[in-house]
Amino acid sequence: MDIFLQQIFNGLTLGSIYALVALGYTMVYGIMGLINFAHGEVVMIGALVALAVMAPLAGSGLPGPLVVLIGLAAAVLVCMALGATIERIAYRPLRNAPRLAPLITAIGVSIVLQQLAMLIWGRRYHSVPRLLPDAPHEIFGATITEVQILIMVVAALTMAGLMLLVNRTKMGRAMRATAESPAIAALMGVDANRIIMLTFVIGSGLGALAGVLVAANYGIAHYHMGFLLGLKAFTAAVLGGIGNLPGAMVGGLLLGVIEALGAGYIGDLTGGVLGSNYQDVFAFFVLIVVLIFRPSGLMGEKVAERA
Amino acid sequence: MSTDRGLLDVLNLEVNYGGIAAVKGISFIVETGEMVCLIGANGAGKTSTLKALARMLPARGEMRYGGAKLHELPAHALIGKGLALVPEGRGVFARLTVAENLDMGAYHRSDEGITADLGRVFDLLPRLKERRTQLAGTLSGGEQQMLAIGRALMGRPKLLLLDEPSMGLAPLMVQKVFEVIRTVAAQGVTILLVEQNAKLALEVCGRGYVMESGRITLADTAKNLAADPRVRVAYLGE
Repeated sequence: MDIFLQQIFNGLTLGSIYALVALGYTMVYGIMGLINFAHGEVVMIGALVALAVMAPLAGSGLPGPLVVLIGLAAAVLVCMALGATIERIAYRPLRNAPRLAPLITAIGVSIVLQQLAMLIWGRRYHSVPRLLPDAPHEIFGATITEVQILIMVVAALTMAGLMLLVNRTKMGRAMRATAESPAIAALMGVDANRIIMLTFVIGSGLGALAGVLVAANYGIAHYHMGFLLGLKAFTAAVLGGIGNLPGAMVGGLLLGVIEALGAGYIGDLTGGVLGSNYQDVFAFFVLIVVLIFRPSGLMGEKVAERA
Repeated sequence: MSTDRGLLDVLNLEVNYGGIAAVKGISFIVETGEMVCLIGANGAGKTSTLKALARMLPARGEMRYGGAKLHELPAHALIGKGLALVPEGRGVFARLTVAENLDMGAYHRSDEGITADLGRVFDLLPRLKERRTQLAGTLSGGEQQMLAIGRALMGRPKLLLLDEPSMGLAPLMVQKVFEVIRTVAAQGVTILLVEQNAKLALEVCGRGYVMESGRITLADTAKNLAADPRVRVAYLGE
């Protein structure tokens, strides 16, 4: 029982992060039908920028949470600017190109960002200073740290804020209208370019937050951390139904929990043949199962025939 | 031509659509307060003409509206100048509620009159009020047409372009939609109506143009067009 609860806690922590990243994929897909494979790298850049800001401040006597907040602010700003730049330079010129062109471009952007990060930060693993309170608390025999609680709360509040923005504001309404039809939205006076850029900016901001939370949770950051994380968050978005915001949140949390439970029990289930290092297999196993039985995802509307 | 005669002056408009010359150099005007129709068979170039005016299709020739050159404006700047299009197939946002669709109509506005205009639209189209919390995609075709018109009115248009408002509607609903269009015109909105249903269009409009394979072949008052033997044979089913 305590292992089960323990893995649920771990899974929800991880899942909160997947959900934040998955939102970036799903928002961009929803508005322009593009899978922005460079999004995982934006998350990585967010983590490394935050680290670059936090590391020199860590010993300065400033309170840890304040240092994290400063690092987070820097990461969010840099990533928002990065998201806007990627959209403007890489995707906007291909707005009316065949679907495969922006997809390949996305992979290209992803490689460029990863290499760029390697040039700046090198190949090594950077350890992230422990700046947040991480005292463990015992609940029904399982342990949950304060960092974990913080991650879940911050992710939940951010997602609630995003839902308010999308569903309750004029700007959010314009985003949903543009997602449905940019041409008709333009008739209402909506500048689709502005809305699309805004979508990238918001998604990248969420990605930066996720990057900082990942680094805080694992205490480690490196130039290729965005690849697997991005792939899993994309899986979460597909699992929930790509293009659907609540779907990305549910998909992220679900994937986190499945992964954690899988890692916790795989040893017992296979008689010790496979260990918890096979954790990553579960995400993709789940993706395959979902694509076979429910190609549009758990909360998706219709099967999208887009690349 | 240095001075504009109408609210809308179109001169030698050409539209190529999908490699086909859909509109081959047409000229027409719409004066303030008028209700003008563009009638013709399917594929005559009527919709392409409206889409060119709304800057949804690239076009050559001159399109002057209220002194501005439409070529120089992006599509999203038109409504701010009072030019609204109710597109073919209605184009309501299916996943937005009726109320949200109407709010989108006022997207470019930030004045105090939006609430009052919403009241006026609900007075004109009471069904929309009943269904305002429903998703637009769940409305019937006629209700969606009403919503598309109501949404355009929320933008306070001076010139309303209507593309086939009768399309796919039951006869009774067509009557209702045209009653609404007549009311809107009576309130002082200038209207350019594109219709395949020539009989109805000529009944409600003051003047009309007949389009055939990309060209305007007849231009006259609606009364004269309705009496013209060529129109009667080709479009009024006689």
